[in-house]
Amino acid sequence: MQLEYIGAFDVVLGVLARFWPVWISLVLVMGASFAYKKRLGLYGQLFDSSVGIVGVGICLFWLFTAIFASTVSPFNPLVQIPIMKDALPGAVEPQSGLVYLFGGDKLARDVFSRMVYGSQIVLIIAPAATGFALMVGITLGLPAGYYGGRIDTVLSFLANLVLAFPVILLFYLLVTPGIMETPIPYAMAGLFFLFPIIFFSVLFWTRYKKRPDRLYILLGLTLIVGGWVYAGLVFDADPFRIIHIDPNQLNIFVAVVFASSPGVFRIVRGLVMDIKTRDYVAAAQTRGESPWYIMLWEILPNARGPLIVDACLRIGYTTILLGTLGYFGLGLAPESPDWGTAIKDASRLLRSFIHPALPPTIALMSFVLGLNLLADSLREQSMKD
Amino acid sequence: MLSFILRRLGTMALTMLCLTMVVFFLINLDPNLKKLAISQTEMHTSAEQLESWLVNHGYRQNFFSRYAQWLGIVPKQPVTDPATGKPARRFAFCNDPVEPTFSGVLQGDFGCSTKFKTTVASKLFPALGATGILMFWVLVVMVPISLLIGILAGMREGSRTDRTLSVASIASTATPEYVSGVIFTVIFASWLGLLNGSAASASRGITFYNFTLPVMTLAIYGIGYIARMTRASMVEVMTQQYIRTARLKGLAFGSVVVKHALRNALIAPFTVIMLQFPWLLTGVVIVEVMFRYQGFGYTLVEAAGNNDIDLLLGCSLVSVFIVLITQLISDVGYAFLNPRIRVQ
Repeated sequence: MQLEYIGAFDVVLGVLARFWPVWISLVLVMGASFAYKKRLGLYGQLFDSSVGIVGVGICLFWLFTAIFASTVSPFNPLVQIPIMKDALPGAVEPQSGLVYLFGGDKLARDVFSRMVYGSQIVLIIAPAATGFALMVGITLGLPAGYYGGRIDTVLSFLANLVLAFPVILLFYLLVTPGIMETPIPYAMAGLFFLFPIIFFSVLFWTRYKKRPDRLYILLGLTLIVGGWVYAGLVFDADPFRIIHIDPNQLNIFVAVVFASSPGVFRIVRGLVMDIKTRDYVAAAQTRGESPWYIMLWEILPNARGPLIVDACLRIGYTTILLGTLGYFGLGLAPESPDWGTAIKDASRLLRSFIHPALPPTIALMSFVLGLNLLADSLREQSMKD
Repeated sequence: MLSFILRRLGTMALTMLCLTMVVFFLINLDPNLKKLAISQTEMHTSAEQLESWLVNHGYRQNFFSRYAQWLGIVPKQPVTDPATGKPARRFAFCNDPVEPTFSGVLQGDFGCSTKFKTTVASKLFPALGATGILMFWVLVVMVPISLLIGILAGMREGSRTDRTLSVASIASTATPEYVSGVIFTVIFASWLGLLNGSAASASRGITFYNFTLPVMTLAIYGIGYIARMTRASMVEVMTQQYIRTARLKGLAFGSVVVKHALRNALIAPFTVIMLQFPWLLTGVVIVEVMFRYQGFGYTLVEAAGNNDIDLLLGCSLVSVFIVLITQLISDVGYAFLNPRIRVQ
């Protein structure tokens, strides 16, 4: 049976039209941000430079694409329609009359829908893993930089140990189907996911220990929410069945956190060593504040600028790591629509078909580029102050 | 200075010891051993036979004694042949000693590759040589281009050249090897047909036709990063007093840049280039797999994919060594290049 095709111009129009919820939200958010940029602090300052606007625009575009993925994509990313195998861009699917805008891949799935759904995986795992890495890095980096001495020696040695591992080797050792049968990923998850709970508990304790009315509410809230998420993620025992993570995704998550937290640790440690010589820290010490109060409420807020910039770059870097994992077929399911896996599948067949390769590569590149531009413009803005 | 280097070498040895122990532990996890046994025996072997294969080949000895044997601080024991009861070689294809000898990494014996049926050394070192050639060409392309971009951009901060080059280098840092590799192959191999999309023939002879794409792909990610560091360093140097003095005494701008700024601005990039090696290692793996070039990265993937224990250990030893030695060189070189930093 012969497939019908629509022209190149119609393909472009069709793609633009499919993204309609994204355009609407983008216009609303960007317009509102631009109108109120004076009141929005650091985020508002981003709208002063064209680099910043482009960066925010790209990041929000992928964020909204991930949120509205089911509306934007015309097909299910996993469903195969045999007649569409290796279809060229613009082929019309005979039954529904919908178009395979970017063509079909070798398993006859819609490349466009897979790209759209791929953004969901990346935008959930990358920021979340970066968040956990930040928590681990901050909680360990603060005492290492503040106290120095033996604790610093030990922690720095451990961090350098992890950093001396080539990333790819680490993944080949930590993200294998075999390791899922051992308790190692769960032990590591149990350790890493403890850090946010410790962090917030100490944060509230040091600040409000003289004001029990607030302390108990905040501490209780931290422990309940933290314990709930912890039970859901590590033991897969969420009583409400809301928080659930597949074992192989947990494995990836843990490996990515493990690979990127030493970097955060080093940055935090360096920043703390610099900031602890300032006068306001000496003033707090003279007041008799506890060391953890000084670290969390005097030093950390003043280190936020470089940390925000680093977090942006790090989300991009984590996206690249996830792509690497997908490219080597580690961890993620083989039919998973994430960009790395799609690039792997398509790059094997570049000699015959190039159209399945381009959408995921350009998607991944543009998202990382957006984050890098965002980080660059944040750095520039924070230098102006 | 000497004691600094000695202390660093000591830390390095300790780090390598810890890391190889971790790698040894992770590779020898039970599921991995089972997979190895399955791939090395015939199809449909029973669980007992798999277990006896593991025992016969010495994989069921105590973890620490095996690690010490691999390291070479405890004599390597030959296995006993179940049929004759005499000591025998572990694998027929590589001459393991039949009597207990010190034969580990410290003695230069890297063990046996179960995938390629040969000694690890005879597989690993040619592969390293091939990767060395690739690395050499990558550095030849990457270093001059990135330094040039960085200097041109940092010369006049905020100018149009600076903005264009900065955005270009940000874009290149957003392009990991598996993305640029695909895009370059599509453009240069599929559309234009100028270059070969596979470097498999490069092991027999390197030509411009088969080697340009891997080199380009590997270089592009590093170029952006080094260029940005060079730019930052150059911008800082250009605001120094001695540059202003040189300008005020009437020297031309070009001569100020070449004679006064350049030497000071190139210290920081040296460290960055050295610290770029660990990342290049990951890139090498991706590029060699993508372009089918039989080098170190290709060997690593083959070893990991087939649970080839000794070969994977050899690969990790090499890569950890490269990471640590480049860190050492970058520290020592920095102190050497910058007289203001003197280590106690």
